[in-house]
Amino acid sequence: MASMGETAARQGLRYVDDRFGSASFLRRSFNKVFPDHWSFLLGEIALYSFVILLLTGTYLTLFFHASTEVVTYNGSYAPLRGVQMTDAYASTLHMSFDVRGGLLMRQIHHWAAVLFVMSIAVHMMRVFFTGAFRKPRTINWHIGVTLFILATLEGFAGYSLPDDLLSGTGLRIAYSVMESIPVVGTYLAYFVFGSDFPSTSGDFIPRLFIIHVLLVPGILLALISAHMMIIWHQKHTDFPGPGKTEHNVVGSPFFPTFVIKTNGFLFLVFGVCAFLGAFAQINPVWLYGPYNASQVSAGSQPDWYIFFLEGSLRLMPNLESNFWGHTISWNIFVPGVILPGIMFNLLYVYPSLEAWITKDKAYHNLLQRPRDVPTRTALGVFGLTFYAILYLGGQNDVLANTFHWSLQSTTWVMRVLIIIGPFIAYYVTKRWALGLRHKDEERLHHGEETGIIRRLPSGEYIEVHEPLPAQRQAILAMQLGHDLPDHAELPSGNGHHSNGQGNGQAPGIGRPVGAMARAREALEGFFFERHDSPKSGPGDDDPKTLTRP
Amino acid sequence: MSPSTFARRLASRRRQLASAAIVAVALGLLGMLYAAIAPRGSAATSADPAVDEGRSLFQSLSCASCHGLNGEGGKRAPSLIGVGAAAVDFQMGTGRMPLQQHGAEAPRKRPVASEGDILKVAAYVASLGPGPAIPQFDAADWQKADTAYGGALFRTNCAQCHNFAGSGGALTYGKYAPSLSDATPTQIYEAMITGPENMPVFGDKQITPDQKLAIINYVRTIKTQADPGGVGLGRVGPVTETVVGWLVGIGVLVIVTIWIGARA
Repeated sequence: MASMGETAARQGLRYVDDRFGSASFLRRSFNKVFPDHWSFLLGEIALYSFVILLLTGTYLTLFFHASTEVVTYNGSYAPLRGVQMTDAYASTLHMSFDVRGGLLMRQIHHWAAVLFVMSIAVHMMRVFFTGAFRKPRTINWHIGVTLFILATLEGFAGYSLPDDLLSGTGLRIAYSVMESIPVVGTYLAYFVFGSDFPSTSGDFIPRLFIIHVLLVPGILLALISAHMMIIWHQKHTDFPGPGKTEHNVVGSPFFPTFVIKTNGFLFLVFGVCAFLGAFAQINPVWLYGPYNASQVSAGSQPDWYIFFLEGSLRLMPNLESNFWGHTISWNIFVPGVILPGIMFNLLYVYPSLEAWITKDKAYHNLLQRPRDVPTRTALGVFGLTFYAILYLGGQNDVLANTFHWSLQSTTWVMRVLIIIGPFIAYYVTKRWALGLRHKDEERLHHGEETGIIRRLPSGEYIEVHEPLPAQRQAILAMQLGHDLPDHAELPSGNGHHSNGQGNGQAPGIGRPVGAMARAREALEGFFFERHDSPKSGPGDDDPKTLTRP
Repeated sequence: MSPSTFARRLASRRRQLASAAIVAVALGLLGMLYAAIAPRGSAATSADPAVDEGRSLFQSLSCASCHGLNGEGGKRAPSLIGVGAAAVDFQMGTGRMPLQQHGAEAPRKRPVASEGDILKVAAYVASLGPGPAIPQFDAADWQKADTAYGGALFRTNCAQCHNFAGSGGALTYGKYAPSLSDATPTQIYEAMITGPENMPVFGDKQITPDQKLAIINYVRTIKTQADPGGVGLGRVGPVTETVVGWLVGIGVLVIVTIWIGARA
């Protein structure tokens, strides 16, 4: 029997192979090597939450009615029975209380959405701080930023669908932000919503539904596929390590090791989402009540990925101008449109900007540690601090109420912090990274401290250092950017500027011509500022240090 | 200065003194008349013994140190004339009064006085001037009110400060709308008719007594109702959900990735 089954299987496989020629493709693919570092799994959390979102979301569409038709609720949730509401809200109540497994599916879907955007953010931080966005992966970084923005929009569209009081308040704000755009704002808002808000035409919820279940998921799916295919094609990056170079990938083969590992991880992500969905209540729309423009709840917050926008609106001082009877609401336009525009555009251009400043045109398959590029790391923390204060600003009333602060003081402290906080964070991070770098330089050139103090015949005391093993030394040199011979003398453009020596001072190159070139040079000076302290250069040997015999 | 001028001045001065004397005598007569016909201080002796006991409690519980010996108010506290028994029952019954310390808002705490003493002080304060009385209703009254209607009224009138589930919220400059989780039906009713702290008064023409009972029914219903989705996370919306998302969701998954990475 077994052999018969085996024969049948072989025949079946040959049938497929004869038609697609897939055996050699599979053989090559199965042997694809994936590196093992834990931080490379962060992006996979996003991928698997997306899978959960597709599965649970499909279930929810079976019961959701994308309609603003007003109905009288008669389901099993007693405190709302007899209340007039839109069909969208009523069907959400119905699926929560009267559909078997409906509430669990809704909650898993919502938790997976929260984790989807969170894991994208964490994954982006990993990519940023390790320099994985550098050439040749710049386009994949752009796709990643787009995915982050789309995931945010998708989440907002999703939690706005039930037409409850909380999300309706959010939509009202979104409508006003659109309206704040000078000249075209009112038209744009009408164009998107199909009418004023709350909708009088009934177009908006069906539109939002199609955006949420078809349009954005379709684009997300296409971009995720492109993201993965580019990774597959370009191969994964890795940290410098034994036997690892710019031209190889060290790790486990795709099949069976990586497949087993990643599938195990898939189920762990499923498990965490199911656990949260089962035990932690999220978005209790029945408590919020149906949307009504005359009502609002204290502590109305969006989901976490919109906190920063909520915060920028809450922290912005009240500024308006009036030109020939036309009001420009700077208090909404600047924090709601200009600021996120600048933030996301900076994310898009950063890789090109850094490459332009450092004249780095080389291919990079090896990653950097955050300390290896102190200025980039510090700039990243600058941005994160700015974001974090906006994020906290979005929940200022809940913070004030929880910790018994004055709401006004909380807002004012955050207004000050949003200006000075990022600079303090930048300085601290830069010093921290430089300190770690100098420590590494010392270990590279003088070896590890042993704690042994030895007295010389002359009576002098010395501290004994033990040189690092050769392999460790080579890796450290690579991490610090000393891996190329004469790295200081190489002309710009080889991409190994990270030790900061010889910037723009290569022999034969005169002063740059043109404002742009001068600006670039100034920025380069800023970027590589104080990478190496003069005392710990490669040529510097402390005569008082002996190596262990 | 000529003699004739001096004589004129003397006459003028005499006329002034005479008018002052007449005014003084008239005032004195008026005073005596008042003393004769004025009522002998009805507050001093009352028909209701609770009022008398309430007055002595008013002084011994140190209410008088801020509100004045006769509840007339002072620099540190408002007059209690006309606030009514309901206000006293609410403020003392929720432990807000006697005040522990001055601040943006008096927090709810364990009541200092017994229920009986509170009623006596309430009777005394009610005797100072007409004001809302302690509402009298029992559980059956509010339990038969329309919950869903109460919910709609709650979202329109209460939720903007007390949050959608009555969990409370921040107001300006350190003030806040407290959580309603410990408030009894009577206290919720009293708060609506007396407007304690920063709360507006919701008179019977704004929200009828039946509507008030419906609101009470809604607040009590959602308070006692279990959270069908698991742990309620304080019922404050996405803020606590996000904390759980970072700590339990991403936190656990990052630990899992490190665990997988360590086993590679």
